[in-house]
Amino acid sequence: MAMNELLQYTIQGLAAGSFYALAALGLAVIFGVLGVVNFAHGACYMLGAVVAAVLQDTLGLGFWPALLVVPVLLFLFGVVIERLLVRWLVGLDPLYNFLLTFGLTLLLVDLVKRQYGVSGLPYERPEVLTGQIEVGGVGLPIYQLFVFGFSLLICALVWLLMTRTRVGMIVRAATERSDLARALGINVGRWVTPVFGFGIALAGIAGVLAAPFRAITADMGSNFIIILFAVVVIGGLGSIVGAVVAGFLVGLVEAFGQAYAPTYAQIMIFVLMAVVVLVRPAGLFGREEAAR
Amino acid sequence: MSNDVTSGATAHLDLPTDDVHVSATTPRRSGLRWLLLAAGLVVALALPWFIYPPIAMDIACWALFAISLDILLGYCGLLSFGHAAFWGGSAYCTGLVAVHYGVPFPVAVLAGMLFAMLIAVPIGYLSVRATGIYFAMVTLAFAQMIYFIANQWRDVTGGENGLQAVPKSFFGIELVETESFYFYYAALPMILLGMWAAWRIVHSPFGRVLVAIRDNAPRARALGYDVETYKVVAFVLSAGLAGLAGGLFAISHGFVSLQEVNWTTSGKVVLMAVLGGIGTLWGGVVGAGFIVVLEDYMASSGFEGIGIVTGSVFVVVVLLFRRGIWGTLAHHLGRRRQAGTRD
Repeated sequence: MAMNELLQYTIQGLAAGSFYALAALGLAVIFGVLGVVNFAHGACYMLGAVVAAVLQDTLGLGFWPALLVVPVLLFLFGVVIERLLVRWLVGLDPLYNFLLTFGLTLLLVDLVKRQYGVSGLPYERPEVLTGQIEVGGVGLPIYQLFVFGFSLLICALVWLLMTRTRVGMIVRAATERSDLARALGINVGRWVTPVFGFGIALAGIAGVLAAPFRAITADMGSNFIIILFAVVVIGGLGSIVGAVVAGFLVGLVEAFGQAYAPTYAQIMIFVLMAVVVLVRPAGLFGREEAAR
Repeated sequence: MSNDVTSGATAHLDLPTDDVHVSATTPRRSGLRWLLLAAGLVVALALPWFIYPPIAMDIACWALFAISLDILLGYCGLLSFGHAAFWGGSAYCTGLVAVHYGVPFPVAVLAGMLFAMLIAVPIGYLSVRATGIYFAMVTLAFAQMIYFIANQWRDVTGGENGLQAVPKSFFGIELVETESFYFYYAALPMILLGMWAAWRIVHSPFGRVLVAIRDNAPRARALGYDVETYKVVAFVLSAGLAGLAGGLFAISHGFVSLQEVNWTTSGKVVLMAVLGGIGTLWGGVVGAGFIVVLEDYMASSGFEGIGIVTGSVFVVVVLLFRRGIWGTLAHHLGRRRQAGTRD
C-alpha cells in the first residue's frame, strides 16, 4: 500500500515538476545569455495555455498541433519583446529588466483577464491521453506520465542542442564566460534575440502541457513564477542542469507535501530554498562566480 | 565568513549624483530645503480637505511604505520584492492586537511594527547573502511564504475572508474613532515620524556606510565594515517602517485582507518607489500619491484591468524615465543650479 502511494505521488510530482523544469530551463538560458531574469516567464507560461485554448476554441486546433504551433507563436512574441523592450536595458543594472518584465506581467495578465474573464477556459485533452495505466495494482494517470516523458524528451533535446551543435556551444560559452566568448571572436550579440525567443517558447510548451491539466486562467502564472524563482535559486541561476533537476525536485516536494502535509506543502518549497541559500548561496549547481 | 554570491558587482542604477548631496550643504540649497519641507507639511495637513479622507490616509501609508523600500533600493542597492511580508505581517499583527485587546491604535500599530521587524531578522539574515537580482527573487519567495502562512492559518487570520472589524480605538475620542477626517490627523504624526526616521537613517553616518557598501562592497569590507550586518540592520529598519505604514493602513481600513501580504502589494510599492525616483527618498511620496489617485480614479470610473495601466506606466518609466519623477526634477534643478553658480 505504502509502495503504491509512493509511486503515485512520485509520478504526480514528476508531472508537476515537468512544468517547472521546462520553464526554469527557459529562464536559465535567457539569464545565461542576456543576464536578464524574466519576470514575465510566468505570464508566458499562462499565454501558452491561453493561446492553446483559444486556438482550439476558434480554429479547432488540437493538442498535438498546438504543441508545435504555440511555441512557435511564443518564440515570435519573445523576439518582438526582446527587440522592442528588453534590448534597451541589457547594458544597465539587471534590476531594470526585472522591473520591466514585471510591468509586462501586470499588463499581460490584466489584458488576458479583460479579454477572457477570470473563470477558466475549457480545454479538451486528446482521447489517447485520458484514463489510467495499471502498474502493479496502482492506477497511474496517463496524462501525468505523458507530461513527464514529453518534458524529459524536450530537456534531452535541449541538452543535445547545447552539447552537440555549434549553436549550443556558442550559447553555453556565452552563458558561462560571456566576456571570454566575446574575446575569442564569437558574436554573442547575434544570439541574444533568438535565445530570448527560445526561452519564452519553452515556457510556452510548459503552458500547452498544462492546458489540459490545470485551470486556464489569467492568474495561473502568478504563483507559478514565484515557485519558478525558488526553483532557479535552488538549482543555481546560471546552471542549465540545475534548472531541470531543481524543477523536478520542487515538483516532488510539492506532490509529497500535498499528500502528507497539505497545510505545509507550499511552505516546504520555500524552506528548501532557505536551506539552499544558507548552505550554498549560489545554488546546488551554480558556481559561486556565475551568479552575477 | 562572507558568503557573498557576488562581490564587486557595481550597480548601474540611475541614482542621484553625489554632487547634489554636496550642494545640499550650501546655504541657498538649504533654504530651498526648508521651503520644500514647509510645502510638504502644508500639503500633508491640507490633503483631507481636498481628497476623500480615507484616500488621503492611503496616500500617507503608501508614501511611508515606498520610502521604507527606497532605504533598501536607493541606499543599499537592494531591491526587495517581498516588502508586502512586513506591510501585511504588521497589518495582521496590528489588526489582531486591536481586535483582541482593544488598545488605542498607536499601541497596536507599534506592536505590528515590532512584529514586522522581528520577522525581518531571519528573512534579512538569509536574503542579504544574495545580492542584485538574486536578492529580489529570494525576498519575493520568502514573502510568498508569509502569504501562504497567512492563508493557511485561518483560525487567526481569517484566511480568505480576511480579518474583519478592526477597531480604531483612540482614548475614547469618538470623533477620531468614527470620522476618517479626524482619524487622518490622529494618524499623520506617526507617518511623519516614520518619514523623519527614514530621513535620519539615510543621512546618518550609518546611512553613509550603506551608500559606501552599495557603491563598492569589497572596498567597504576592506575598510573594516561588517557588510552583512549593516545590510541586515538596514533591512530590519526598513521593514519596521513598512510595518508602521501597514499597521496604520489596517487600522484606517478597519480590515486586513490577504491582498496585503500578496506579491502584487510588493510589486505596487516597488512601482511607487521607482516612479518617484530610486534613491530620492521623497520620490516615494510622489509615486504613492500618483498611483493611489490613479487607482482610485480607475476604480470609481469602473475600469477593470488596473494592471494594464500600471503595467504600462512601469514599462514606460523603466524605459524612459529611470530617474523617476522626483529624480528627474532634482536632476534638472541641480543642473540649473550648477549652471547658475558657474556664472
